[in-house]
Amino acid sequence: MTTTAAIDAVGLVKSFGQLRAVDGIDLEVRQGEIYGVLGPNGAGKTTMLKMLATLLPIDAGQARVFGVDVATEPHRIRQLVGVTGQYASVDEDLTATENLWLFGKLQGLRSADARAAARRLLGQFGLEDAANKPISQFSGGMRRRLDLAASLITRPPLIFLDEPTTGLDPRTRGQMWDTIRGLVAEGSTVLLTTQYLDEADQLAGRIAVIDRGRKVAEGTPDELKSSVGNATLQLQLAPDTDQELARQIVRRVADAEPVLTPESGRMNVPLDTADRAADILIGFRQAGVSIISVSVAKPTLDEVFLTITGHGADENEGPADDNEPDPAADNEPSARAGAALEVQ
Amino acid sequence: MSTMTAVPLPAVDPAVAVARTRPRNTLAETISQTLSMAWRALKKMRRNPEQFFDVTLQPLLFTAMFAYIFGGAISGNVTSYLPLLIPGIVAQTVLTTCMASGVQLREDMDKGVFDRFKVLPIARIAPLAGPVVADVVRYLIAATLTFATGVIIGYRPGGGVPGVLAAIALSIFIGWSMAWIFTWIGAIARNARSVQGISMLILFPLTFLSNAFVPVSTLPSALATFVKINPVSLLVSATRDLANNGAVTSQVGWTLLAGLVVIAIFAPLSVRAYRRHI
Repeated sequence: MTTTAAIDAVGLVKSFGQLRAVDGIDLEVRQGEIYGVLGPNGAGKTTMLKMLATLLPIDAGQARVFGVDVATEPHRIRQLVGVTGQYASVDEDLTATENLWLFGKLQGLRSADARAAARRLLGQFGLEDAANKPISQFSGGMRRRLDLAASLITRPPLIFLDEPTTGLDPRTRGQMWDTIRGLVAEGSTVLLTTQYLDEADQLAGRIAVIDRGRKVAEGTPDELKSSVGNATLQLQLAPDTDQELARQIVRRVADAEPVLTPESGRMNVPLDTADRAADILIGFRQAGVSIISVSVAKPTLDEVFLTITGHGADENEGPADDNEPDPAADNEPSARAGAALEVQ
Repeated sequence: MSTMTAVPLPAVDPAVAVARTRPRNTLAETISQTLSMAWRALKKMRRNPEQFFDVTLQPLLFTAMFAYIFGGAISGNVTSYLPLLIPGIVAQTVLTTCMASGVQLREDMDKGVFDRFKVLPIARIAPLAGPVVADVVRYLIAATLTFATGVIIGYRPGGGVPGVLAAIALSIFIGWSMAWIFTWIGAIARNARSVQGISMLILFPLTFLSNAFVPVSTLPSALATFVKINPVSLLVSATRDLANNGAVTSQVGWTLLAGLVVIAIFAPLSVRAYRRHI
């Protein structure tokens, strides 16, 4: 018998006026995996997540969480998911303990159990020392950890993380990654959205790339990377090089389309096999094209993104920035997604 | 880490979690959630004592001010004006306190924590009803202080202690029911300032075009008609009957009914507006 998918969504659509912020996305997330949803600002990641978490009505399509229908049984869904948004959604006027106790009580725990859960989570997230401090004295990283802790009081089997590390410093980011891995080790399933390609690469077992409300690619990080070639030749051309000549040599010798940054003279060439690098270098030598540095690397997800969508990961940033810890920004998805459309 | 982590928790099992889910909240759960929300509102009140300025200063200031300014003109002297005035001030103060509920709800709804309330499996009315329940404390302070100020400057309620207590209880109930109007405004308005604006527009005519401060007999007939059907007049008359005469009159009954009607209309409207505000 196969186990029920943690998320099984077919043809999800969400429109804001004229704009289809989510435009027919299918999603299948298996139990116990970390599934990454990767895309630039305004791609529709947050909108999709809000639909799955019952925060936005689903315009068309169907979604099931552990077999429970999201549209018809939202109350059941809310008992199965924990949601942590891009901004801290805890009460500023209460202490960390009071916050967790309140969320526990609201979800039907008895007072003593809610207190025990609060203590356990504060310990687990390294917040014991701040247990009775008002949230206003918390650092950004502490808030984010408390926010995640608040989603975990009833140990939900599915956890939505909307850009969990946006705005965190590298050290706190690493801690957050460990915490997320820990959740899965305990048996939960995690769906996380991110615009950091390395984050999806580090954490996610499978990744969906979302662009302009559509899923444009899906697979393991390695599958996605190999879809743009197994290796990338990175070249730094000498300042007075004829870049157009270099480009033609690459096309002819390696049958590949180089990605050129004219200003810096940098050139990246996707390769099927690393052997091709030698052919290109020999071609350059014969034509008198001189280079300053050369290296062969596995492709990054940035290049994946560029190849799949035809534009870079940060090219279509909207005016309403996803990073902004302002809930109001989320009420204007049209502004954000509208900016994404202009890039076409 | 903490000693709690010594006992490892069992693994999360989705099948068990799904089997444990229930299709909706029971009434007992809804009440428990509302009380938890009321607890939150009370904590916030205690940590932001400036929230008590309106319910403490307004009764003191308005009672003394109105008594000494209008007392002579309306009733010949201050003491004989007080039985007319005090119930009026009680009604006015309770209504302004309701307005503050709407403004605060709007401010609260704009904060991140309301996003979490929306995703929790709690009754949609709980985040709205919680603050309204907690505000009973504010109505109690406002009504009690108004009567106390009145007594200090010479008011001797004919209904005695039971009459005054009944009048306070009735004001709290009305404050509690009227708060749903402002909760609704809070849920539909764009921001806290517009809640304030809309509320003032409703509140000022209602309190001043009532029998709160002047006898109806002194008014021109068209105005008198409006004043008589104004629900604030009902509350003021009922409060006067209870506090001044200790009498449970038909006015008291009508006032209670009006309160229930307001709740029946505006509580569902508020929940509907809150659901949409996502």
